[in-house]
Amino acid sequence: MRPSSEAELAEAVAAASGPLLVRGGGTRTIGTALGEVLETGGLSGVELYEPGALTLVAKAGTPVAEVEAVLAADRQRLAFEVPDLRGLLGREGLSTIGGVLAANASGPRRVQVGAARDAALGVRFVDGSGAVVKNGGRVMKNVTGYDLVKLLAGSRGTLGVLSAVSFKVQAQPEAEATLVIEGLADAAGLAALRAALGSPFDVSGVARHSGRSLIRVEGMAGSVGYRLGRLRDLVGGDVIEGDASAMAWREVRDVVPLQGRPGEVWRIATLPTAAADVVARLGGAALWDWGGGLIWVLLEPGRGADVAAAVAGRGHATLVRGEGGPAFPSEAPEVAALVAGVKAKFDPRGILNRGMI
Amino acid sequence: MDMPAPDQGVIARKARIVARLRAVLPADAVIDAPEGLRVYECDALTAYRCPPLAAVLPRTTEEVSAVLRVCWEHGVPVVPRGSGTSLAGGAMPTADSVILGVARMNAVIETDYANRFIRVQAGRTNLSVSGAVEAEGFFYAPDPSSQLACAIAGNIAMNSGGAHCLKYGVTTNNLLGVTLVQMDGTVVTLGGPWGEPSGPDLLGVVCGSEGQLGVVTEAWLRILPKPEGARPVMAGFASNEVAGACVADIIKAGILPVAIEFMDRMLIRVCEDFAHAGYPDCEALLIIEVEGSRAEIDEQLALIKVIAARHNPVAFVEAEDEAQAKRIWLGRKSAFSAIGRISDYMCLDGTIPVSSLPYVLRRIGELSEEHGLAVGNVFHAGDGNMHPLILYDANKPGDLEICERMGADILKLCVEVGGCLTGEHGVGIEKRDLMAVQFAPADMEAQMRVKDVFDPKWLLNPAKVFPLATSLTRRAG
Repeated sequence: MRPSSEAELAEAVAAASGPLLVRGGGTRTIGTALGEVLETGGLSGVELYEPGALTLVAKAGTPVAEVEAVLAADRQRLAFEVPDLRGLLGREGLSTIGGVLAANASGPRRVQVGAARDAALGVRFVDGSGAVVKNGGRVMKNVTGYDLVKLLAGSRGTLGVLSAVSFKVQAQPEAEATLVIEGLADAAGLAALRAALGSPFDVSGVARHSGRSLIRVEGMAGSVGYRLGRLRDLVGGDVIEGDASAMAWREVRDVVPLQGRPGEVWRIATLPTAAADVVARLGGAALWDWGGGLIWVLLEPGRGADVAAAVAGRGHATLVRGEGGPAFPSEAPEVAALVAGVKAKFDPRGILNRGMI
Repeated sequence: MDMPAPDQGVIARKARIVARLRAVLPADAVIDAPEGLRVYECDALTAYRCPPLAAVLPRTTEEVSAVLRVCWEHGVPVVPRGSGTSLAGGAMPTADSVILGVARMNAVIETDYANRFIRVQAGRTNLSVSGAVEAEGFFYAPDPSSQLACAIAGNIAMNSGGAHCLKYGVTTNNLLGVTLVQMDGTVVTLGGPWGEPSGPDLLGVVCGSEGQLGVVTEAWLRILPKPEGARPVMAGFASNEVAGACVADIIKAGILPVAIEFMDRMLIRVCEDFAHAGYPDCEALLIIEVEGSRAEIDEQLALIKVIAARHNPVAFVEAEDEAQAKRIWLGRKSAFSAIGRISDYMCLDGTIPVSSLPYVLRRIGELSEEHGLAVGNVFHAGDGNMHPLILYDANKPGDLEICERMGADILKLCVEVGGCLTGEHGVGIEKRDLMAVQFAPADMEAQMRVKDVFDPKWLLNPAKVFPLATSLTRRAG
């Protein structure tokens, strides 16, 4: 099904007689939900864009590329740096802005500006009974009622089907540059990232892969030069600028080093100080982002128990490419009970992405 | 403003309930004498008062759990309270309720600079969180004006903001995880120091739920390295509209100051009398703060000066030294108490799209004339979070009612232009009955369903946030 309006979407959900597989462009869907495909791609278009208020409202099925083009025309952007996971996951199609929020998909700049959830100002969605709900709005600060925007962000279509989203956007910086540090073992290379994150120099990216640590700074030209110099005094490294820097961060964002290689891909959230040890225990090629707080690791199939043991008590892991992984890591029983309770309220028939919770 | 009639059955059982509370808490942690309960009869929304049935001051998560279990078994409503600085009545009790104050839970549990977090008990004050990490060059970013007094628990309940959230975000953007006690005593951990949600973001909906989903007893908070320096400038303008236009131009130019604060003539005067900050004498003033090294600050301020110059400022003054910078902020952050020296006032908190600032300021001026009450404006202009202060005389019969009608008109105006009723203070009892201006029944129903899951008996802070008629059947159940 591919409704072309919010009203059609609400009708489709209300009239559904069986499970629905909810998706935007299907470029970052994970998990094992089955059902009739319900796509939001028919709900497309930027509804409002106010560069002077740093605000954009779009229908949920609007391609991310279209949103980014609209913003770029005014030298603005989505601050949280949307990852393109098609290469990693072997998908085709057009990523949608609603899908981005539903997956809380956030790139390297998250360490500086927060995740998709933090930039999201408002949502409209259709719950599992077919009711249209709005929450939040299009202003920067809003504590009117409960924050269901956060609840829907990252819920991967299990609680409602997004029909429209609004985001706070950001001006593109005048300049960017990156320190590249080679020749360090993983533990030392990750320590350099933590040192940068703990400095006052406002880094906007801290990642490591292929034996290199990367530290990014963005802003006004004079300021970028100054901060990069101070960081270089702190942790060493060589400077790349402009397009070369941008290219290096697209590789991190899209997990390029793990693309096209056989095996399963796990996405692990952990403490930066645990980042080297988690990978050392698992082996396998890895890409660390967020100063080590996010790890993408490539493993042979069947290592789920090892992954769980490696992150126990210090984070959580999700199988994003491989057979039969759940969409969400398992929770403590009392938290799982709350999640199940919320699911039952928002989707009483249990038809939205069944099996993912 | 109405509150539901208290449950007489609960009031009749007071002695038994207090005895049960004393059985699970140390003797000094239960207050039931009338003179002791006066302390808890209101929060910073002082227009409304009602002493609670009892107040408890637990010291640990286990004690909070025990208290809630007792109240749950006896069907007693519980009103969580941080430091009682809510401007929306978020901590106002009813006669049949137990105030659960977390003020004694103020310990630092863990600081971890390498992973940039601090874990505290939730009664700790906002400013003392920064105080605990400043020796290592770190700080906690959200900075409500009441930060000297307000508790992290209340910040989480209201998703508090502050002057510097233009750059650093509000509480929800700096909160990594919580220990939450549900009404039936169940203790849950939501989120954690790694900061990435592992499923549907329950932490995100707890933050800003006004103490209606559970009692937060501990929190992991993001701490950040302090910038090398910061410097405020003051730009004075000939009218509110011009100042509003300047704000939009600064943002459009791609500069992101850490704060852009606005004051109109009335507030400039009362804040100057209070803080002697050297505010220029003009119709509208912007305080713009930028951060970084000396050279970085100079680079940003040069650009801001060029933009401001296009709007013919009547003054453009950089803070000369640290002492003046402090006075500039002292005046701004003391705005509510400064105005409190000259009049009773009601503080509103609507947020609007920044682009609507000039129009909304003009309309507020017109509403002020229509209702015959003076209004002053001081607010976070960079993110459109307005704080109109309506002056009234509490001793003059009918004045409070006029003030409330005018306040409602201003908030409706905020919603009309695409904004919301409250940007950082919360709904509480104050804006509860205006919720239907912003939300359709289905929108509120979806929110109330979340409470149904966390607090099926609707005992936690029950008569807040949602219009009484809207929540009636749930509260009665």
